[in-house]
Amino acid sequence: MAEDNKSRTAEPEDEISRRAFFTKLGLGSIGLAAAGTMSFAYQYMSPNVLYEPSPVVNAGKVDRYSIDSVTLDPVSAIYLIRVQEGFFALTAICTHLGCMTAWKPELGMIACPCHGSRFNREGQKLAGPAPKPLPWLHTWLSDDGDIMVDRSTVIPAMQFLRI
Amino acid sequence: MPGRIDRYLDRMTHSRAWLSIFRSGNGPNTLHRSLAIQQSLFLHILPTKVRRRMLGLGATWYLGTLTLGTFLVLVITGVLLMFYYHPSVPQAYADMKDLRFVVSSGLFLRNLHRWSAHAMVFLAFAHMFRVFYRGAYRPPREFNWVIGVVLLLITLLLSYTGYLLPWDQLAFWAITVGSNISSAVPVVGAKFHFLMLGGNQVNANALLRFYVLHCVILPLAAVLFVAVHFWRIRKDGGLYVKQSEPARADATAAAAVSVAEPVAAADVLTGQP
Repeated sequence: MAEDNKSRTAEPEDEISRRAFFTKLGLGSIGLAAAGTMSFAYQYMSPNVLYEPSPVVNAGKVDRYSIDSVTLDPVSAIYLIRVQEGFFALTAICTHLGCMTAWKPELGMIACPCHGSRFNREGQKLAGPAPKPLPWLHTWLSDDGDIMVDRSTVIPAMQFLRI
Repeated sequence: MPGRIDRYLDRMTHSRAWLSIFRSGNGPNTLHRSLAIQQSLFLHILPTKVRRRMLGLGATWYLGTLTLGTFLVLVITGVLLMFYYHPSVPQAYADMKDLRFVVSSGLFLRNLHRWSAHAMVFLAFAHMFRVFYRGAYRPPREFNWVIGVVLLLITLLLSYTGYLLPWDQLAFWAITVGSNISSAVPVVGAKFHFLMLGGNQVNANALLRFYVLHCVILPLAAVLFVAVHFWRIRKDGGLYVKQSEPARADATAAAAVSVAEPVAAADVLTGQP
């Protein structure tokens, strides 16, 4: 034991012992392997192809919608709203926790059944816990005269699709 | 007649086969009894000696043991439910209906699974309240409290992942809402949400992921942490009972702290040295 201590103190300060070197090497390679495993796991767990419905929805012809109407499509979860200025589309997914909202014609409001958020026809929040207004979605007219909505593209509010 | 049964039992426990399995040997003395606990893989996480007052109802109300009991019921009923359940859309809902209305004892097993899940959450909370208010989390048991918190989280995650599996409206919207809560986490929230669901919405991928978490990953984690939890009880000096604390030393230390702290706080507030 005493001999051991002597040999250790004899080493220069900046020199690393064999044991410490291999400990560092071992820990370093384990760390490297762990980082690689993490990145591998992350990539493996994120799907590259999703079998989800297309974000682009065909909402049909202009004549289907009367002026001052709010139409909910529960399958695609969007509102198509026709006003004097033209058309616009809102998502029907509440910005709070993702429940599907409903248009209440008797109140003239969009209401969420889960936690009581309320929005006006333009998507602005009137009440409840929703942190943001309902986003406006990109709309355009197809060559066939159908109203198209892209659910993945949000546009600034009050940009009407003028017919 | 009892004499003959005793003789048979005696012969069995002294047979070569028996002694090759239970090498601690037989006998009512303390050494043999201690060895019987120590040398068994299944029993060695338990202490070899237990104070009688630790076993009374008053010491723990058996809340931890009852939590383990509900977990065992959940494992058994869960494995049985897995024989009829396909984690696919929309088959999962039909399988759940089959379990309710077609499979013999399916309704019983499903209800047992559900009620045991509720009971386990309730008992885990009750156990923690009990530990908290008795002060049983104090040294040397702090780390076992931390393991208990991990076990509570695993329990809640098991409940949460199991909620999606019936694939009905309640499940779908509960998981939609619940998973959206994770999106609120700064920076990584949206990515975590995507990874958890395996997509942007609650769908077939989400059902499969929750199934694997519910049936494999979380139960394995629970078993591991339960084992450590029980082993730590032994290492931390057995179950907490009031009399095992050095009451006087504690009381004086507590008094010293409660006197010292307000004075120090007042000094800070008034800006005096």
